[in-house]
Amino acid sequence: MDDPTIAILLVWALLFVYSILGSIDFGAGFWGMLLGRGEASNAGALANRFLSPTWEVTNTFLVLVVVALVGFFPFAVSILGTALLLPVGLVLFLLLIRSSFMVYAYSARKYGRLLSIVSGATGLLIPGLLISVLPISLGGFIDLEGGVPKLYFGRLLASPTLWAHLGFGLSSELFLSSLFLADYSRESRDTSAYLLYRKIALWLGPFTLFFAVVATYTMVPNARWIVTGIETNLAWFIFSIVAFIIGYCTLLWANTDGRSGLPRVAFTAIIVQYALASIGYGLAHLPYLIHPYLTIQEGFTNPNQFQALLIAYAAGILILGPAFYYFWKLFLKDKRYLRHE
Amino acid sequence: MDTVVLARALFGSSMAFHIIFATLGVGVPFMVVFAEVLYQITKNNHYAILAKRWTKGFAIILGVAIPSGTLVGVMLSLLFPGFMEIVGQVIALPFQVEIWAFLLEALFMSIYVYAADRLSPTMRIISVFFVALGASASAVLITDAHAWMNTPRGFDLVDDQVVNVDPIAAILSPSFFTTSSHVLLSAYMTGSFVIVSLAAYKLLKRGKTKEERDYHYRSLKLGLMLGGIFSLLTAVNGHATAQMLHAYNPEKLAAAEGLFETTSHAPLAVFGIVDPVAQEIRGGIEIPWALSFLAGNSFDTVVRGLNEWPEELWPPLYIHTLFNLMVVIGMVLIGLSFGALAWRYILRKELPRWFLRILVCSGALSLIGIETGWIFSCSGRQPWTIYRMQLTSEAATKTNNLGFLFVLFITIYAVLLVLTAFVLRLYFKRHPVAKDLTTTRMDILEQDGVETNG
Repeated sequence: MDDPTIAILLVWALLFVYSILGSIDFGAGFWGMLLGRGEASNAGALANRFLSPTWEVTNTFLVLVVVALVGFFPFAVSILGTALLLPVGLVLFLLLIRSSFMVYAYSARKYGRLLSIVSGATGLLIPGLLISVLPISLGGFIDLEGGVPKLYFGRLLASPTLWAHLGFGLSSELFLSSLFLADYSRESRDTSAYLLYRKIALWLGPFTLFFAVVATYTMVPNARWIVTGIETNLAWFIFSIVAFIIGYCTLLWANTDGRSGLPRVAFTAIIVQYALASIGYGLAHLPYLIHPYLTIQEGFTNPNQFQALLIAYAAGILILGPAFYYFWKLFLKDKRYLRHE
Repeated sequence: MDTVVLARALFGSSMAFHIIFATLGVGVPFMVVFAEVLYQITKNNHYAILAKRWTKGFAIILGVAIPSGTLVGVMLSLLFPGFMEIVGQVIALPFQVEIWAFLLEALFMSIYVYAADRLSPTMRIISVFFVALGASASAVLITDAHAWMNTPRGFDLVDDQVVNVDPIAAILSPSFFTTSSHVLLSAYMTGSFVIVSLAAYKLLKRGKTKEERDYHYRSLKLGLMLGGIFSLLTAVNGHATAQMLHAYNPEKLAAAEGLFETTSHAPLAVFGIVDPVAQEIRGGIEIPWALSFLAGNSFDTVVRGLNEWPEELWPPLYIHTLFNLMVVIGMVLIGLSFGALAWRYILRKELPRWFLRILVCSGALSLIGIETGWIFSCSGRQPWTIYRMQLTSEAATKTNNLGFLFVLFITIYAVLLVLTAFVLRLYFKRHPVAKDLTTTRMDILEQDGVETNG
């Protein structure tokens, strides 16, 4: 494998991790708001209990994706940075409101309800906006006028593929987070919350598939190349759908003792589903970072910087690995935290 | 306004907003480490309560610091794509490693706050130590990139192409150590004086019990001692920073001091306005020979004046005022902290109310010092983004619709400043220290675990 391929693999992997973590994070914020306080079920409080210690860590992954892109593909940043000023600027604006209002809501109980509505609603929009980067990178919405990239925002808004992508981002966010929270509720031995999240996940699952297919087949003429690429890499997508079916069925599964579903298996299978589809999509996207202006070779940094970055990554994983393990043990495994004993 | 000015204005206001929270985010956990350690040594409950309450305040501040940090990090790529293209090739490393520091802080912050009741005392101290370490390391690493902008190393520009990249040389640029210690020391100083302000404010209120007054005096003393030490260290290090300017950014030093002609025995000007037409400072106080001494530790050091460079490469002359404000505030803070400590612990007298009132201002003064220092350092580098390598006009975006974003962000910054103050006030009003003083240590921990928990 050559260096740019290793680099794009790393960036793509980070992007994948963030898209999963981010979906769960923003989704949990939304469920925490919707299923809020004072209801019969404990589901909203559970979402918040998951969210309190994790949102800062999730947020860091967003910066990590951007920094990795700047480091490994500095020439992509000069095009993307200019073209994405408006959509990403809006994401930043919403993110600032979302996180600060979430913390305000925990601290100012008197206005907690209002503050968490603002935070939940803004968070809901973020993944949808972020995913609009995908159709932009496929071509048809950017022009280089005298070397300066220009984004046709109006044309983007008017295109059905944007809305299909938004639908996919939104439904994935809600599906992944409800599935994760189902597993989290099971781990916390909260049956009513578990059944509620399981029901939500069962409803939302098919929508994600529907939007994924619609997003693919509404691509603008300039982006037809990706559809061809997807068709050549079809095997990945077929396996991905198989993983979905497995995951969905294990969620439906009824045990003899009346406990329905295997949320841990279902969640794992769905992550595998998204991973397989991401690999297929990534392969179809290569060698372009931004079609047709920039390939990964053209965007790649110099070998010296690349080596230094790889060493930094190795060191980072060594230092942070144990910290992540400790964190996971305390908040996702420890019965005392999960069951609030 | 043209796009370059607008891009600078938008990024500058975002930084000005973020730096308040970022500085407190470095300074306050540092104070919490001290309180935690003092609690383990003295077993005095007051320190446990201080640690808990500061941590709560810190957690609220982090709610703004983290997204605003994300915002400036990403905005850099949006507003200065030309700059980031060079950054990515030359100095990507500190940005990357900063993320590890940031993750370390975020992980242990959650552990310290939300798992408080499940940690052993040693693990508590280790956790809060890692929070402070992560925050401080983040500050150092980001300042590394800033230092590199002032004294760029580790690459050459040939026909606008970056060549001969040496990432390590870029990281260890000449101003790295002085500049990053300046940022770190001044952040610790600010953390201390914010604590001083709060304690002094509480001590001004009448009708407090003796226990409450003891508690606030304990906090005041800790703040004053650390504030005194760090304001002194900041000043000593500031001197090194000025000498660094003399050696590597002479235009900036000349503009900071309004010096037009190159000369030995150069005077130091305090306040006044720099007049570019008359080539002098109007209305200031001049201390003869002092600038030469400051720049090179001897009166016959030759300090270069602005006339050595073409006028279009001069930094804006208003940085003279910013520089003065920063230095004067630093001096005032040293005087205040040592004055107050001497008054109370050498003369053994109660601090009078007027003195407490002045101390209330020390936190805000610190923050003003931080702000003016940053604006001085960044404006003073103009017209360059990367000193003598890349002009800001080459670095900035060429997109035209910045006006909308500018209005949007300025509005939200104003709203969040007010709301954060409001939420902090509301929280601490509903959880008065009197309540904490009557509960035991274990209860304090338990409330911590539950309250923040949705």
